[in-house]
Amino acid sequence: MARRYDSRTTIFSPEGRLYQIEYAMEAISHAGTVLGVLAKDGVVLAAEKRVTGKLLDLSGAKEGGYGGSGEKMFLLNSNVIGGVAGITSDANSLVNYARTVAQQHLLQYNEDIPVELLAQRLCDMKQGYTQYGGLRPFGVSLLYAGYDPHYQFQLYHSDPSGNYSGWKATCIGANNGTAQSLLKQEYKDDISVKDAIGLVLRVMSKTMDSTTLGSEKLEFAVLTYDEAAKAPKAKIYKPSEIDALLKSEGLAKKDEDTEMKST
Amino acid sequence: METSFALTGKGYVIVAADTTAARSIVKMKVDEDKIKELSSHLLMAYSGEPGDTVQFAEYVERNIRLYQIRNLYPLRPSAAASWVRRSLAESLRSRNSYTVSLLLGGYDLATHTPNLYWIDYLGTSVEVPFAAHGYGSYFALSLLDRYHDPEASLEEGLATLKRCIDEVSKRLVVSPGKYKVKIVDKDGVREVEL
Repeated sequence: MARRYDSRTTIFSPEGRLYQIEYAMEAISHAGTVLGVLAKDGVVLAAEKRVTGKLLDLSGAKEGGYGGSGEKMFLLNSNVIGGVAGITSDANSLVNYARTVAQQHLLQYNEDIPVELLAQRLCDMKQGYTQYGGLRPFGVSLLYAGYDPHYQFQLYHSDPSGNYSGWKATCIGANNGTAQSLLKQEYKDDISVKDAIGLVLRVMSKTMDSTTLGSEKLEFAVLTYDEAAKAPKAKIYKPSEIDALLKSEGLAKKDEDTEMKST
Repeated sequence: METSFALTGKGYVIVAADTTAARSIVKMKVDEDKIKELSSHLLMAYSGEPGDTVQFAEYVERNIRLYQIRNLYPLRPSAAASWVRRSLAESLRSRNSYTVSLLLGGYDLATHTPNLYWIDYLGTSVEVPFAAHGYGSYFALSLLDRYHDPEASLEEGLATLKRCIDEVSKRLVVSPGKYKVKIVDKDGVREVEL
């Protein structure tokens, strides 16, 4: 009777804790960092890629698609970008669910789903997995960068327990404590997207293990509002665009040969 | 015969509906309210098959209230109109469909604009500057075409409505006697006496 043991996976411990959720959170704090900053005219997300290597085939990310390498940045709906930290396969399943929910809302109400509503719907599902027997929680935290006419630009965070909260700037994954204290020091209200991009990249370069930033370790996305189209504009950067951005921000990897020459 | 009008103006929507409840050739009642207040900034005038009208209006009212309770903010007029349209389109394809005509007027707090939707039992939904249902529409639409001004003040809007009502009273054989008039603007919904 396997059920006798399986149904005990998410019950309270005698100290009143839910270990499975704590373990899930622990798993996330080892995952690649995802950072989000809310600006007055947009939202900026950046993420550290962990699955890298010379032999990894990234041709799909370089051409085609809507940008990103499909590891951490996802377009959930035309007005929401999701950044995920945790178990990638769990995240894929949640992203799929989020997209379905967003499209169902579009079908029923003929409008883009409000950002908080989408976060809520995902959290309802995540919470369900902490309560019913025989299931384990999703090992995923998400950042939602979105726009809707109710509250304009928004940034939400949700964790495996099903809690969610809105933020001006936040970070999930490895070194999130360091990143958050950096953000607390440097964040200013009514920051512009341009400044937010710089802030995100600076904090990212300090929290990541590697010394230099490059498109092979970084994913990047910006949500702004397109005044001409009267609609939010989600942009997930392609690897070449990330390198160009890093160069313009003066954070690009220096060519070792040129360094040798200059000395 | 049942008649309802609605028109938009500068920052408001006026919705008016007659107040007679009739069965066959008999007037049963002359103070029936056929305009539901769906939420703080949303009005719906309904007419059509007796019984269907009230049943469907209450169904819409409660579903919109439920959305508001569940999701912290109310549905915007455009979203509400889409939902109502879909409900009617699904109903039309069932064994027993609702035969109701609706005018949905609301003030969108997110974009600060008044919106008006003309909806019929076939699941047609159109956003319009002015609208009418029933026999009165044959007289009122041409008048509204001539006199409607989307930038009109509330007084001017009510004067245009008065023109429509007077014309219907003058020309329609079985014209309704009394109308209920409700307004929705940035401050919410309220009833006015003409």
